[in-house]
Amino acid sequence: MQSADKNIQWYQSRFEAFEQSLNGEKSKPVHTVRRDAIRRFAQNGFPTTRQEEWRFTNISPITKIEFQPILQYELQGIGRNDIRKYLLDRAVHAVFVNGMFSSELSDIGTLPQGVVVGSLAESLKKHPGKVQPYIARLIKGEESAFTALNTAFMWDGGFISIPKDMVLDRPIQFLFLATNHELAYAAQPRNLIVAGAKSQCKVVETYVGLAQNIYLTNTVTEIVLGENSYLEHDKLQLENMNAFHIGTAQLQMNVASHYTSNAVSLGGSLVRNNITAVLDAEDSECTLNGLTLSTGTQIIDNHTAIDHAKPHCNSHELYKAILDGRSKGVFNGKIFVRKDAQKTDAKQTNKTLLLSDNATINAKPQLEIFADDVKCTHGATIGQLDDEQLFYLRSRGIDLAAARDILTFAFAGDVINRITIEPLRQQVERMIHDRLDVRQSGIEEG
Amino acid sequence: MSLLEVKNLHASVNGKEILHGINLQVNIGEVHAIMGPNGSGKSTLAGVLAGREAYIVTEGQVLYQGKNLLEMDPEERAREGVFLAFQYPVEIPGVNNSYFLKAALNAIRKHKGLEELDAIDFLSLLKQKTKLVDMNESFLNRPVNEGFSGGEKKRNEIFHMAVLEPTLAILDETDSGLDIDALKTVSEGVNKLRSKENATIIVTHYQRLLNYIVPDFVHVLVDGIIVKSGGKDLAIKLEELGYDWVREETVHAV
Repeated sequence: MQSADKNIQWYQSRFEAFEQSLNGEKSKPVHTVRRDAIRRFAQNGFPTTRQEEWRFTNISPITKIEFQPILQYELQGIGRNDIRKYLLDRAVHAVFVNGMFSSELSDIGTLPQGVVVGSLAESLKKHPGKVQPYIARLIKGEESAFTALNTAFMWDGGFISIPKDMVLDRPIQFLFLATNHELAYAAQPRNLIVAGAKSQCKVVETYVGLAQNIYLTNTVTEIVLGENSYLEHDKLQLENMNAFHIGTAQLQMNVASHYTSNAVSLGGSLVRNNITAVLDAEDSECTLNGLTLSTGTQIIDNHTAIDHAKPHCNSHELYKAILDGRSKGVFNGKIFVRKDAQKTDAKQTNKTLLLSDNATINAKPQLEIFADDVKCTHGATIGQLDDEQLFYLRSRGIDLAAARDILTFAFAGDVINRITIEPLRQQVERMIHDRLDVRQSGIEEG
Repeated sequence: MSLLEVKNLHASVNGKEILHGINLQVNIGEVHAIMGPNGSGKSTLAGVLAGREAYIVTEGQVLYQGKNLLEMDPEERAREGVFLAFQYPVEIPGVNNSYFLKAALNAIRKHKGLEELDAIDFLSLLKQKTKLVDMNESFLNRPVNEGFSGGEKKRNEIFHMAVLEPTLAILDETDSGLDIDALKTVSEGVNKLRSKENATIIVTHYQRLLNYIVPDFVHVLVDGIIVKSGGKDLAIKLEELGYDWVREETVHAV
C-alpha cells in the first residue's frame, strides 16, 4: 500500500509543478477538469490485477518507475530526415515530440477553408469555440487511472476539426515521437477529433520510439462524429521494446455516422489499448479491427467496448494477434446491447496465431444483451500454423521458413487489407515482413 | 533410364506398418498406374514419395535420379522435380494462387540455377498454362483453393503441375470427386504435359481415369504390397473382376 501512496504523491507533486507553470491558464475552465482528474487519480491510484479490467495485465512495472511528465516542448535535435521513413506520402503531417506539437517538424500545408489540424494547446487559444465544447467531455466516471492522469496533465496533443460537409482527400497523420532521454518521462498527448456532419476524413496516429530508452506514452484520443460523417482512424504503434504504451480512444457517434479503426501494435514492452464506442444514435456503424505482432516478453492487451444504446446500429470487430517468443496477448471485447437497442447487429471475431510454445493469449469476449430482437455473434480461435498448409507449400518447392512467412503474413493480411490508406497499408506490410525476416534469421542463427 | 527406384520400402504411420516392402521402377517417359482398394497403402506410398513427415520409413530405399530421395526435405524433392497432386488440395486463405505459384516456380528455378522470372514473363506463362487446363484466369487472383469446388481444386492441382513442369508427377486420387467433364479436362491436361522427358505415377481406386490417361504399366497394391503388375489391360480386368480377384489369385499363388 505504501508504494501505491508513493506513486500518488509523486504524480500529485508533478501536478503542482505543472500548475505553477500554467500561470494565467489556471483560471480557464479546462483547468477545473484537470484538478478533478488528479483528485480522481489520487483517490483510486493505479489498478492492480485484482480488478477485473486488469486481471490479465499486470502494470506494476509502470508503477515502479517515477515517470516525469513532459510539461514543455523541446525539439531535442530531431530533424525531418530522422522521421522521413515514418511519414506517410500525401498526408497532412502533424508531428509531436514527447507529446508536444512540433511546428518545425510538422507540415500541415494549406488546408481547405474551415479545417483545423495541429496543436491542441494552440487551438484552445486560437479556436476555443471549436475545442471547449468537446474536450474531456466523453470520458467520465469509469475512466482508468491512466486516463485520469492524462486528463490531469492535459496540455498539448493533436487536434482536428472538420466542418460539416467537408470531404478531405488527404489523410491526416499524427506522428508521435518518443526521443532519447536520461530521464524516464511520461509523454501524454491529448488528442481531439471533431468531425462535422456529413464530413469524411481519414486519420492515422503513428507512435514511434526513436531510441531504446524507457518511457511511458499515455495517450488519449477523443472523437466526436457528426451526423452522417465518416472517419477511418488508424493507429500504428511502433514504440521501442522497453517502452510502455497506454492508448485510449473514446468515441461519440451521432445518427448514421460511420467509424472504422484499424489498430496495429508492433512495439512496446507493456501495451494496453482501449477503445470505447458509444453508439448513442440510430443507424450508426462502428468497425474495430486490430492486429498485434509480439515477441520476446512483450505484453499487448487490447480492450474494446461497444455500447449499443440505440436501435439499428451495427458493429463489427476483427482482432488478430500473432504471438511469438514468451509474449503475452490479451483481448477483451465487450459488447453491450441496451434495452432500447433493437435490431442491433454486432459481430465480434478474435483470432490468435501462436508461433511459439511459450506465447500465451487471454481472450475474453463479453456480451451483455438486454434487448430481445438483435443479432450478436462472437467467435474466438487460437491456433498454430497449419501443418497441412505448410506441407502443401513445401511440396511445391517453397522452403519451410518461407512457407511459415507466407502463412503468417496471410493471417495478418485479413486486417492489413482493411486499411484503405494505401501508403500506410504498404508501410505496415513492409514492417511485418521485416519482423518475420528478423525472426527467420534469429531461428537460423540460433 | 531409371528415374525412380523403390526398393523393399516399408513405412509406418503412428507405429503401424502400412507398406510392407514395395518394389517399383519408373523410367523416364513412362506412365505408371497404382491401383488398389481403400486402405491398401496407395496414398501412403504417394505421401512417402513426396515427403510427408507423418510417414516413417522403417526399411528400404528410394532412389530418384540416382539420389536418395528419402533424405531430402519436401521442398528439396519439389525442386528436384517431384510433384504431388494432392488427393485433398489444401485451402490457403489469404495467399493468392499466382503469388503462391510465383514463389514456388522461382524457388525451383533458383535451385536449377535459372534466373527468377519477372512479373510480366510470369504472368504470360500463367495465362498460357490456364488454357492447358481450361481454367478461368480469375482463379489466378483468388486465394489458393479457397472456395473452389472439388473439381476446381483438382484442376488447380494440374494447373500447378503445368506451371512447375515436374520430372516426376504423382497424382494421388486425382479422379476422386470429379464429374465426367472435369475428369476429361483434367486428363487432357495431364496428357498434354506427358512427354519423353518426364514420368507420371497415377494413384487411383478406379479404372475410369485410365480410359483417358492410358498407362504403360499397371500395378495392383493390396495390403501394403504390390501383388500384380502388368500392362493397361490389367486395369480393365480389375474393373471387371474387382480386387477380390487379385486377392484370391495371390492366395493361390502362395
